[in-house]
Parts: sequence; C-alpha cells; structure tokens
Amino acid sequence: MKLFKYIIIGFLFGFGMWKLEAVSTFRIIEMFHFQSFHMYGIIITGVITGIIITQLFKKGKIKAVHGETVKFNDKSHEWWRYILGGIIFGMGWALTGVCSGMMFVLVGSGYTIFIVFIGAALLGTFAYGVFRKSLPH
Amino acid sequence: MNETLVQVQEFISQPWPWWMGGVTIGTTLFLLLKFNKDFGLSANLRTMCAADGAGKYSDFFEFDWGKQGWNLMVALGAMFGGYIAANYFGGDGLAHISQAAINTLNDISGEQLLTQDNVHIVPGKDLVLGSGIPEFWDLYSWGSLFSVRGLIIIVGGGFLVGFGARYAGGCTSGHAISGIANMQLPSLVAVVGFFVGGLIMTWLILPCILRITI
Repeated sequence: MKLFKYIIIGFLFGFGMWKLEAVSTFRIIEMFHFQSFHMYGIIITGVITGIIITQLFKKGKIKAVHGETVKFNDKSHEWWRYILGGIIFGMGWALTGVCSGMMFVLVGSGYTIFIVFIGAALLGTFAYGVFRKSLPH
Repeated sequence: MNETLVQVQEFISQPWPWWMGGVTIGTTLFLLLKFNKDFGLSANLRTMCAADGAGKYSDFFEFDWGKQGWNLMVALGAMFGGYIAANYFGGDGLAHISQAAINTLNDISGEQLLTQDNVHIVPGKDLVLGSGIPEFWDLYSWGSLFSVRGLIIIVGGGFLVGFGARYAGGCTSGHAISGIANMQLPSLVAVVGFFVGGLIMTWLILPCILRITI
C-alpha cells in the first residue's frame, strides 16, 4: 500500500505522455528537424512549472508529507560525462525515437517489442557499470 | 450519467495541446517531491541490473537497491497509463505532426507513403485501430527483430539510451526536467549533449539506417 501511490503517479505521467504524443518516434524526428513547436512546448512548460515547484520545495514553502524540507543534491562538476554521456544518450533517443521513460509507456500500450529495447538498455547500463573506470568523466 | 461519462471520455481522447506538458510534468514532479523522491526514470535500469546480481561485476551496482522499489512502481504505473490511454482514450490514434515533418519522412522513404491520416503515434502496426501503417514505417512489430534495420534501431537504440543515461548521470526526466528545474548547470550541459547527439543521429545517420532494406 505504501508503494501504491507511486503507481498512481506513474500512471498520470504515462497517460499524459501518451496523449501528448511524446512517446511518438514521429514527434521526436519532427522535433530534431525543428518542424513543430509541440515537443519544445512540452519541455519548456514542463521546465517552467518544474522550476517553480522545485524552488517552492527548496525554500521550504512547501514541505514533504512528513513535514520535512526536501533536500536537493547538487550535481558534481564532472563535465566530460555530461558532454559525452549526453551525446550518446541523445543518439539513442533519436535512433529509436524513444527515451528511458517512454519505453515503459510503450510496453504498457501493447508494443511489447519494447521489452527487447529495455533489455538492450539494461545491457547498456551494465556495460557502463563495468567500463566506467576507463571512461573520461 | 452515462452520457456525461462518454462526453468526458471524448474530451480526454482529443489530442492534447503542448501546454498540457506543463500540467502533466508539473503534477508528476510535485507529487514525487511531496513524497521526498527524485524524478528520474532511467535510474530504474541501474536498480534492475543490481537486482539481477550485477554487483558481482561492478561496484557501481552495489547500492541499497531495495530502497528503489518506489521508482519501479512509477515505471509500472507509466505502463498502466500507456495501456489505458492507448486503449480507452486513444482518439484517432494519430501523431498530429506538421506537414513539413510528413514531407521529411516521405523524403526519407523516397515515396509518398505517409499522409495526415496514417501517421500513427507509434511507427508499428496499430494495435488498437488495427489499420495498417506503410510497411516502410512498420518498425515496432516483433517481425522487425528479424531484419538488420529493426535490430539496429531497437537493440542499438536501447543500448545507447541505457549506456548514455548512466554515463551522463540521468535522462530526459532526471536532467532535462529535475536537473534544470533545480538550476543545475551540469544538467543543462547534458541536455545540450542530448540535442547534439540527437541532431547528429536524426540528420546524418538515421536516414541511412531507415533505408537499409535487409
């Protein structure tokens, strides 16, 4: 029961992402060709509401359910990992037209072949874990 | 009463405008922060590796993954969300992309295959409407795995997404939303990286891969 609420949160997110067509490979191709504002609108409004909400939590104006102030961790300044990892992720995102959140939505919607995509993503995650010490960060 | 429900269903089934992204993402982020959790879906991949015993091969997977169950539930919920949206609130089931984008897609295939009426949300056989998408764009049916093109797109894309997300320390939700919302410069750099990689793939590599006929 403690975990049930997270299913509801994920449900709202997955439902919305499907209806917004953010799960669509065609929308991603369109976005990278700058042929519609749609995906940028989703990201920009998401970021703006995100900034407002995050600041309210950070300043303690909104507290978590048990009355505690939510703590935020600053990201480390290892620039190479953000540049190189970012480019690799972006290439994968554009190759399939699907990112790591949308793959779950797609499996649920019936495109079960994305189980294979998740399997490949697990393999990629595993490969990073094994080889990360020899990668520039 | 029944009629009202049908009206509600029809209302929700319309294509959503882009600003609903702010509502959806804002609600998700608000609820997760309220429960003192970070929004970031690719972290689940690390958890799943760890749960499968990857800790034997790398200390990267030696962490208290039992505490990550909540995030797996978010992923599970996203699956249910996709199921209900596609099956009961799918509307016309189309991706309402611009004519310019349709022209670009037809340039890639070399034929006028797509029109405003057959661009399904997912480039695969439509599971709900049952209607066909041109074979060139039938990427996400199981049969794809038996073609070189499909294998590269599905397995290659998955590998890059999994590898890149952990290398960069986050994905579209962790960096582009949570990180930038928390004004983290590293996240902005990562998102610029996402776009550089995405542009290279979309403009230079993807058209060649899509044209592979085996």
